[in-house]
Amino acid sequence: MTRHLLSAADLDAAGALEILDSAEQMDAIQHRQVKKLPALRGRTVVNLFFEDSTRTRSSFEIAGKWLSADVINVSAKGSSVSKGESLRDTALTVAALGVDALVVRHPSSGAAHRITQWVDCPIINAGDGTHEHPTQALLDAFTLRRRLGDLTGRHIVIVGDLAHSRVARSNVLLLGVLGAQVTLVAPPTLMPAGVHAWNCSTSWDLDATLAGKVAGDVDAVMMLRVQRERMGTGSAGGGRAAVGYFPTEREYAINYGLSPARLDLLPEHAPVLHPGPMNRGLEISSIAADSSRSLVLDQVRAGVAVRMAVLYHLLAGADQEAGRTGEPHPAQAAAVSA
Amino acid sequence: MTGPVRPVLLRGVRPLGGPAVDVLLADGVVAGLGPALDGPDGAELIEADGAVLLPGLVDLHTHLREPGREDTETIATGSAAAALGGFTAVHAMANTNPVADTAEIVEQVARLGEMAGLVDVRPVGAVSRGLAGEQLAELANMARSAAAVRVFSDDGHCVSDARLMRRALEYLKPFDAVLAQHAQDPRLADAGCCAHEGELSGRLGLAGWPSVAEESIIARDVMLARHTGSRLHVCHVSTAGSVDVLRWAKERGIAVTAEVTPHHLLLTCDLLAGYDPVYKVNPPLRPAEDVEALRAGLADGTIDAVATDHAPHAAHDKDHAFADAAFGMLGLQTALGALIETMVEPGRLDWAGLADRMSVRPATIGRLTGHGRPIAVGEPANLTLVDPSASWVVQPDALASLSRNTPFAGRRLPGRVLATFLRGRITTRDGAVAAQPAVRA
Repeated sequence: MTRHLLSAADLDAAGALEILDSAEQMDAIQHRQVKKLPALRGRTVVNLFFEDSTRTRSSFEIAGKWLSADVINVSAKGSSVSKGESLRDTALTVAALGVDALVVRHPSSGAAHRITQWVDCPIINAGDGTHEHPTQALLDAFTLRRRLGDLTGRHIVIVGDLAHSRVARSNVLLLGVLGAQVTLVAPPTLMPAGVHAWNCSTSWDLDATLAGKVAGDVDAVMMLRVQRERMGTGSAGGGRAAVGYFPTEREYAINYGLSPARLDLLPEHAPVLHPGPMNRGLEISSIAADSSRSLVLDQVRAGVAVRMAVLYHLLAGADQEAGRTGEPHPAQAAAVSA
Repeated sequence: MTGPVRPVLLRGVRPLGGPAVDVLLADGVVAGLGPALDGPDGAELIEADGAVLLPGLVDLHTHLREPGREDTETIATGSAAAALGGFTAVHAMANTNPVADTAEIVEQVARLGEMAGLVDVRPVGAVSRGLAGEQLAELANMARSAAAVRVFSDDGHCVSDARLMRRALEYLKPFDAVLAQHAQDPRLADAGCCAHEGELSGRLGLAGWPSVAEESIIARDVMLARHTGSRLHVCHVSTAGSVDVLRWAKERGIAVTAEVTPHHLLLTCDLLAGYDPVYKVNPPLRPAEDVEALRAGLADGTIDAVATDHAPHAAHDKDHAFADAAFGMLGLQTALGALIETMVEPGRLDWAGLADRMSVRPATIGRLTGHGRPIAVGEPANLTLVDPSASWVVQPDALASLSRNTPFAGRRLPGRVLATFLRGRITTRDGAVAAQPAVRA
């Protein structure tokens, strides 16, 4: 098992499946009245968040607590560059409190990666800039596996602001490792630089893709959030208004939104995913978001189980490799306390 | 200064890599050159044993950080780094605090350089007031000041406004001065863009700095240079497309010159994979195809000069996530080694060619008399003595700069500067500053 989880590329197929299988066991706890496993008792996990994120932070917090870890939230928003403290000093300060794992969210790509060079404990990347969000990819894979079974040969379509999406990067990597086929759909202005070298196909035409005319029949579609603040309302360079990546939200919704008509293009079995929060009426219609095919809430729920599995593997797994007496596997622990 | 300068006899040196001769330095000039010279009484003897004698290197692009960020470099420490790197003259960029946009500031920079006494520090004046890109700075006052500024640049910022660029080019004509452009269209590459736009930037999620943001400005500016008949110099060219545009312009006789940095000749953007901001520089490191085009452009003279863009930064300005860290890297003490490795050892430039690109042409571009001269009797003794067969490992702590942000840490570079001479006086010898800089007033 990898020491840190910085990128979905840190996981090979066996490692990813191990976490996903563990997450299935962890998920069972949600049906219990007492949602607590002793696996990380006495451990301290710090959520070090340099940008706001209610859902990811809460998900990690619950995951740690259900494993009996002490979870501390440190909001470092604006503490770094703007106040003159370096990322290194912030990370060293937090580490000096005595932590066993750091969960890092940062608006700049590679921040978690940098912190591993200064701090000697497992680091989990909870989203770094426009780079990656590996636990999001794991929870998406978990959700897709529950609905579709083995993902080998499955065709997943990801639609939206791919250029700035950490979710898309992690998903392309992880779904590829799991044997799925990925098609990315966006207008040319929102395609990442060098996407031709990625392990996926691409299209500018959502209708053709959903109808199976671009890369074959579709097994699931994932709609990404359009970040309005990035899309051309702010200003950039010379005080002029930023030039948008597309002309209007209306045009985007008509061409790339998951409308009811596009929902009908999908095969019967294909679910709809969205990492949230949703812009209803922009990238996804309410009819699609609320349909029986929507797995949006399943994704949120999967997030807790997957993050429990990641924390368990990085913390307890490190113990076992270090020869310390590890806690019993959570499945056994669950059996004891059930 | 420290009194009369002792004559120096260099025994067995090879000027520009040619046959070995003896060279006598006295009264600030090359006083003798030939086989088996006798030095005057009291002359310092340096047994050079086949070392290569070059004209002292001239840097068109140095950030000395003073005034403003004396915690990262001073004119004195930067001068020491320059002399140890084989330089006898450097051009101090204008992006200090306060900005070098008046005669008073440029005169102060020149004066501090004289007090340090290790290299000739030539201040670069800002093109626009406060580097804001809106109104012309007092260009004539700076040109006519005691500092006699001949290079003007908003480096760090592009003079992106075409009207301002045209006016500046025209206005500089009476002074035979050159406008050194930092070519970066801010609409195509804003301040947040930090990595070459390509497959790697897309994968790493770093905001892309596209090649065309540089190339399109150079294309516009060479046409403005043609239109105005003024002198244009392009700073730190980094892409193959830029070399193409420059070649096109030079073929048409447009008065444009260009520089390339040692790091753009030696390093590629692949180094960014670990997100270490020591490799964050503006313009960004580029792919191998661009590096090859830059080497070819320097070899055939399309690119006139090597310039370090020496940019010291404190650790706390680099200990951030990549996108949040400062742009820039050290260069003065590693430039010569990088050029020997990339250009001399592969046979793309001989020693005369290296001297041309690192001394003769930079001095000409900066209208710097007394540097970049032939090694001949009567010429100013601004010289560098290099052992081409030696090599050294770059250790950040051992550099003279107040900062440590070298991208070459741990790397072995060929060539050692044995001694540097400023007007016949030894400024560095065997890797140490020889003449103590004068005490600050």
